[in-house]
Amino acid sequence: MTNSVMKIESARKAFGGNEVLKDISLEIKRGEVVAIIGPSGGGKSTLLRCATLLETLDGGSLSFGDLAVATDAGSGAIYARGDVPKQARSRFGLVFQNYNLFPHYTVMKNITDAPIRVLKRPREQAEARARELIAQMGLTGNENKVPCELSGGQQQRVSIARALALDPEILFFDEPTSALDPELTAEVLRVIKDLAAQNMTMVIVTHAMQFARDVADRVVFMDGGRIVEEGPAEQVIDHPREQRTREFLSRIEG
Amino acid sequence: MMQMLGQGFLVSLQLFVLTLLGSIPLGIPVAFMRMSKIAPLRWIARIYISVMRGTPLMLQMFAIYFAPYYVFGISLTPDSKWTACVVAFIINYAGYFAEIYRSGLQSIPRGQYEAAEVLGYSRLQTFLYIVMPQVTKRILPAMGNEIITLVKDTSLAFAIGVGEMFSTAKALVASQVSMVPFAIAALIYWVFNFVVEMLLGAAEKKLDYYHD
Repeated sequence: MTNSVMKIESARKAFGGNEVLKDISLEIKRGEVVAIIGPSGGGKSTLLRCATLLETLDGGSLSFGDLAVATDAGSGAIYARGDVPKQARSRFGLVFQNYNLFPHYTVMKNITDAPIRVLKRPREQAEARARELIAQMGLTGNENKVPCELSGGQQQRVSIARALALDPEILFFDEPTSALDPELTAEVLRVIKDLAAQNMTMVIVTHAMQFARDVADRVVFMDGGRIVEEGPAEQVIDHPREQRTREFLSRIEG
Repeated sequence: MMQMLGQGFLVSLQLFVLTLLGSIPLGIPVAFMRMSKIAPLRWIARIYISVMRGTPLMLQMFAIYFAPYYVFGISLTPDSKWTACVVAFIINYAGYFAEIYRSGLQSIPRGQYEAAEVLGYSRLQTFLYIVMPQVTKRILPAMGNEIITLVKDTSLAFAIGVGEMFSTAKALVASQVSMVPFAIAALIYWVFNFVVEMLLGAAEKKLDYYHD
């Protein structure tokens, strides 16, 4: 019995001739919060997109717990067919940088539609759960608004609720606050911290170093398609061992 | 006179309704073919759309009217004119609608598809519940333009000898040596389009509850 929620091994991915991921291995354990930091173009978002099946790996393996999504016997990644991708999607959630809420649905419907249509949950049950999540996200009173009536921070919190409504085992965040101003960023980060306190397993690609230090159990620094350094947040952010990590941190803090 | 114009109008109205009932759905597969990954399908749709938009509807009407006789040797009956007219209108408007659908479909951000995919929606569910409602809102003004044009285009059926409102008006003008039937016909076209505009306006307003 393992408490591994997601495991990527020797992941490789290229777009055209451009190698974006070069031999990446990453395992996420239950309850762990991992922040992925690094310069733009370093492969962070691609890694997340491969983990969430929005892109396919060229080589390497990917699994969620006991569910093998992609395996590699040496000749490239082979993806399992049939029900496997669907099962995998029921195990993770993804929060996008620009929310990608459904603009024609109310807040309530954004959160309940997938549980009802995809998981075939009864409407009342889905709505009761949605109301809990809406309260948890500090959005009570906005149930019947549509996304365009909300601030960016509120929209991002709706999208977190939408992902949580499917009860994922692991939640991925792709730069969740990059489209937000500092004030709205704070409210989204507070919600993520609350989730961390509830032992939600999360992988967060972020540029917010202070936040990464506060919330992450482990920080992964990626550059040039490789994991350059990883370890406890205080170590990687405050006392980086690698020259490249130090350069990156000094650039963004300076 | 009014009675004759009224009967003519009913024929025009029938042509209008049948054209919409046929071409609005037919445009969907054409739009998908036009965007297909399979090159031959894409080319067939491109050629179809190009011919439909690039040649006069009146010529298409005649082509469809005479084709069964020249190609298959089937003799033409009095009903053939009406059938040819309806078919020509449907396939012609489907070409225009297909391009409107395509523009609408391509304007939906990738992120909408990705969000739906990650949430576990099937491709069909994504299309029906996420994409199509948004496309409908976006294409409504362009569809409105075509629909208003169609009201007036029904008068082209006159050329093939279908007794719609314009042909009735023209016959009345000749027999009465008066321009009044034309004026009345014009007024009826305009009033009808005014109603169409109101309906389109109501539809747009109904979808105005969100913007993106």
